[in-house]
Amino acid sequence: MSMDTPTIVLVGHGMVGQRFLEALAERGLTATHRVVVLCEEPRPAYDRVQLTSYFSGRTPEELSLTETEFIEEHGIELHLGDPAESIDRAARKVTARSGLTVAYDTLVLATGSYPFVPPVPGKDAEGCFVYRTIEDLLAIEEYAKARATTGAVVGGGLLGLEAAGALKGLGLSTHIVEFAPRLMPVQVDEGGGAALLRTIEDMGLTVHTGTGTQEIVIGDDGAVTGMRLSDGSELPTDLVVFSAGVRPRDQLARDTGLAVGERGGITVDAQCRTTDPRVFAIGECALASDGRVYGLVAPGYEMAETVAATIAADEASFTGADLSTKLKLLGVDVASFGDAHGASAGCLDVVYADSRSGTYKKLVIGRDGELLGGILVGDAEAYGTLRALTGSVPPVAPEQLVLPAGAGAPVALGPSALPDSAVICSCHNVTKGTIRGAVTEHSCTTVPEVKKCTKAGTGCGSCVKVLGQLVNDELEASGVEVDHGLCGCFGQTREELYEIVLALRITSYQVLLDRHGREEARGGEGCEICKPAVGSIIASLAPTIGADGYVLDGEQAALQDTNDHFLANLQRNGSYSIVPRIPGGEITPEKLIVIGEVARDFGLYTKITGGQRIDMFGARVEQLPLIWARLVDAGFESGHAYGKSLRTVKSCVGQTWCRYGVQDSVRMAIDLELRYRGLRSPHKLKSAVSGCARECAEAQSKDFGVIATSNGWNLYVGGNGGATPRHADLLAQDLSDAELVRLIDRFLMFYIRTADRLERTSTWLERIPGGLDHVRDVVVHDSLGICEELESLMSAHVANYRDEWAETINHPEKLARFVSFVNAPDTPDPVVGFIPERDQIKPDLPLLTIGTRPQALGSARAGETSFLEGSAQR
Amino acid sequence: MTLAPETTTALRLQLLLEDGWFTVCDPSLLTPGRGVAALLPDGRQVALFTDRAGRTYAVDNRDPFTGAAVLSRGLTGTHRGRPFVASPLLKQRFDLESGRCLDDDAVGVAVYEVRAA
Ligand code: SRM
Ligand SMILES: Cc1cc2nc3c(=O)[nH]c(=O)nc-3n(C[C@H](O)[C@H](O)[C@H](O)COP(=O)(O)OP(=O)(O)OC[C@H]3O[C@@H](n4cnc5c(N)ncnc54)[C@H](O)[C@@H]3O)c2cc1C
Ligand code: SF4
Ligand code: FES
Repeated sequence: MSMDTPTIVLVGHGMVGQRFLEALAERGLTATHRVVVLCEEPRPAYDRVQLTSYFSGRTPEELSLTETEFIEEHGIELHLGDPAESIDRAARKVTARSGLTVAYDTLVLATGSYPFVPPVPGKDAEGCFVYRTIEDLLAIEEYAKARATTGAVVGGGLLGLEAAGALKGLGLSTHIVEFAPRLMPVQVDEGGGAALLRTIEDMGLTVHTGTGTQEIVIGDDGAVTGMRLSDGSELPTDLVVFSAGVRPRDQLARDTGLAVGERGGITVDAQCRTTDPRVFAIGECALASDGRVYGLVAPGYEMAETVAATIAADEASFTGADLSTKLKLLGVDVASFGDAHGASAGCLDVVYADSRSGTYKKLVIGRDGELLGGILVGDAEAYGTLRALTGSVPPVAPEQLVLPAGAGAPVALGPSALPDSAVICSCHNVTKGTIRGAVTEHSCTTVPEVKKCTKAGTGCGSCVKVLGQLVNDELEASGVEVDHGLCGCFGQTREELYEIVLALRITSYQVLLDRHGREEARGGEGCEICKPAVGSIIASLAPTIGADGYVLDGEQAALQDTNDHFLANLQRNGSYSIVPRIPGGEITPEKLIVIGEVARDFGLYTKITGGQRIDMFGARVEQLPLIWARLVDAGFESGHAYGKSLRTVKSCVGQTWCRYGVQDSVRMAIDLELRYRGLRSPHKLKSAVSGCARECAEAQSKDFGVIATSNGWNLYVGGNGGATPRHADLLAQDLSDAELVRLIDRFLMFYIRTADRLERTSTWLERIPGGLDHVRDVVVHDSLGICEELESLMSAHVANYRDEWAETINHPEKLARFVSFVNAPDTPDPVVGFIPERDQIKPDLPLLTIGTRPQALGSARAGETSFLEGSAQR
Repeated sequence: MTLAPETTTALRLQLLLEDGWFTVCDPSLLTPGRGVAALLPDGRQVALFTDRAGRTYAVDNRDPFTGAAVLSRGLTGTHRGRPFVASPLLKQRFDLESGRCLDDDAVGVAVYEVRAA
């Protein structure tokens, strides 16, 4: 780049800074300008809004918003860990901590905020933290694990609640201390605060509202031991997180003589220009022309776009934004939007409150009946629609909008009622019109496509639901029949394919694809969605339609996901895990010893699973047959941890030992597990048997759960743990052993026949017309007259069951696939490496990220191989 | 036509590297719709696939999203008439002819020319 290329210097690489860079790139300004970024943090921009998701397993890499390719491709000079220290506006130079000095033509300040720490004595003690950066979270986590059992959060606002949720998640008993008389004082009013308080206390957090923090109490070692509160009491705690608000980071601007607001924030005009026309300020550090400092990301993004447009000499301005928020943590829905506190003249409230269920909803209605804003606590389902309706007169009476379902003819007010100008995604300021355009003009037909095309839904995610409805509405409106087909290859649903396979006795995927697939897919290779789904249907029906039950024979081998293909679970580094079946969780000492010996001899990491069995991790593909030879020899068989099939039937110890037990739950669990083992189904199947109503086996969270009664067994169905837990429903009571088994046979076969791909029994039960009552009619009262068929399908399965691993290790030709390299069968994959951890092993992940990069190849097709390595997707 | 036994055994799958054709294995070791991995002399790994029409494809075996060398273990398919493989880890799809990732324009894998000779 030549010397006279104008230079843009960006100070601060946070969320808004990154958005600004993207806006520059989109306008082609990175090609015409030199862009230098000074970034204080040790890592490039990441998603601060989703920061707390770190505690639910998102890694810092996954939080990143910055792709190396983007930075490289646009020639951006990014200096990590090197904050700007001073600005010389006369010389137009910025100096960074490292001494680096950069001359600018345009300077953009995006320095964000710092957490405000009230000046209480002891605030700097060991064990005191703030909650703003990934580094803060890492430090909190480390301290909490090493030396804390109790934690306190100072501040009960949005961020304070997030922080409290995180502390609770770390296993600390958690207190929230809030000076105001209610939680989230900025967003919710008194009524909302009361509903919120109730729900949060029900979760086991202790809330102290109307209470100030006077002092942090410190022990002899200089670390926190407690807090002295304004009511004179002392709250013992090992850790304190300050979350008492944020303040704009405007010091750099102050030092160089730019105007700042009375209460902080760099003063800017509608173009986000400071009092020096060459200097802009955007994001949380800016005091916008409407006199506000915005603590949310969406207004910051708008400012970023405004400045990029201004640099490109386009017209743009930022004059204010909406302050809607939705709390996405702690399992409570809290949302506020528009004029939530009813500040506008002449407005009136419509309120619905039910403190039993912790629900509170308030809408603020203007003089002419227009919706001005509102607060939702406990049930924020309607948030997306209501927020978008703000400013217009809702198409139905406002009370209809707050009443719970079932009370007084509620209307399901879909997004179809919204005007085109309604903002659906406030993170990225995407209107309904733009989303409709994505469908009609850019021919997007799915939510992921619309997300990619419009960016809607890629921020906090709270609009995704409405997005889905809009996309379907739009498709239906434009005459496109919404395609309920399985995938791009088949227009039928899974259920329809099941019927075709059964009725026509089709045993081959290719035949099904070529005869019944979509026109354009016939003769092709299919795809990764329908192959395993059809493979599973054929396997479920194998004995009945005359297919080979062994999932790796012939064409079946090519249909299975890698887990089924290697009869083991693929792990993140390319190694596999091994789970032998331990029916009902019962195991002899001899068998336990064999597992121990095998794991020791092959150096495997062992762990007791949540399903009452033992998982051995870290096997290389070529070790699988050797390991299984030993296990099969000791009487073990495949546990199908890899298959969409029966997993475990958990049991409690039951009547045999337990003083409360009324039936032999272990025997029943073993019988059931052996009966249904290997049964391929639309999704995995889990079960449990408890010996009495105390329910130690957690049967009511299973696809089919059994609880002993003094008269026999109660059968529950449709339970689910996992991401969306659901309590199972009682299907039938006081069944004898034989009645129980017969009913489960019917239930499972009916599910396998009618469920969608990857649909657990819980979602299936919710979806099918008639729900539980219908299922009961079919499987208990035989209303469709198919029970005999269902039972015979199951007996065929039971009679034909063979252990996949025993079958595999006895056939040398089937073992050929268990090699890392086809041309070097004895060489293990060098990418699979391990390092020690707590006396066992774990995958060597740095090795993976560095890995062995493919060199640019002369021989590989020119021009097509010059890709950079990909980082994790956003 | 039936191939004489010698001709069948003489058939070899070969990859074009910097210094010429590198022999990997007998084509019969590939199952249509399924891949195998091969080790190159310099330590790189290649994933080889064949489809039901007998066409063969070769791409780098390393999944750029996770770093693990597993692409050979993914499921293949056809998308808008072009062959792809879906990574078995996080399921991103890669075009088998161009190496481009269908789910992220900025990512791709190297492709190799392959022949049966
Ligand atoms: C090993 C284990 C965790 C552990 O260390 O304890 C585990 C590990 C995995 N679980 Fe699990 N789950 C394990 C018990 C559970 C339980 C507890 C239980 O079964 O009682 C649950 C909640 C109960 C439920 O499913 O309703 C559970 C809910 C899930 C879910 C969410 C399912 C849902 O309906 O929301 C997934 C994702 C999925 O299946 O799509 C999942 C998926 C997975 C996968 C298969 C993810 C993957 O594809 O790599 C993990 C692979 C294990 C492996 O490589 O061997 N796992 N998982 C447990 C194995 C039990 C066993 O012996 O087979
Ligand atoms: C836990 C948490 C949850 C949140 N949830 C939401 C939410 O749900 N919705 C929402 O809209 N907002 C939310 N926010 C707020 C949102 O993260 C901010 O509004 C947004 O990050 C502001 O972007 P920014 O770029 O202005 O500031 P930041 O993202 O803070 O970036 C500023 C960057 O500038 C750097 N910097 C400062 N001074 C210098 C210097 N002199 N030289 C170089 N670099 C410097 C800082 O280190 C920082 O990296 C949340 C924030 C937190 C902490
Ligand atoms: S469920 Fe009942 S029988 Fe089983 S262990 Fe618990 S208390 Fe005992
Ligand atoms: S509103 Fe946050 S992603 Fe759309």
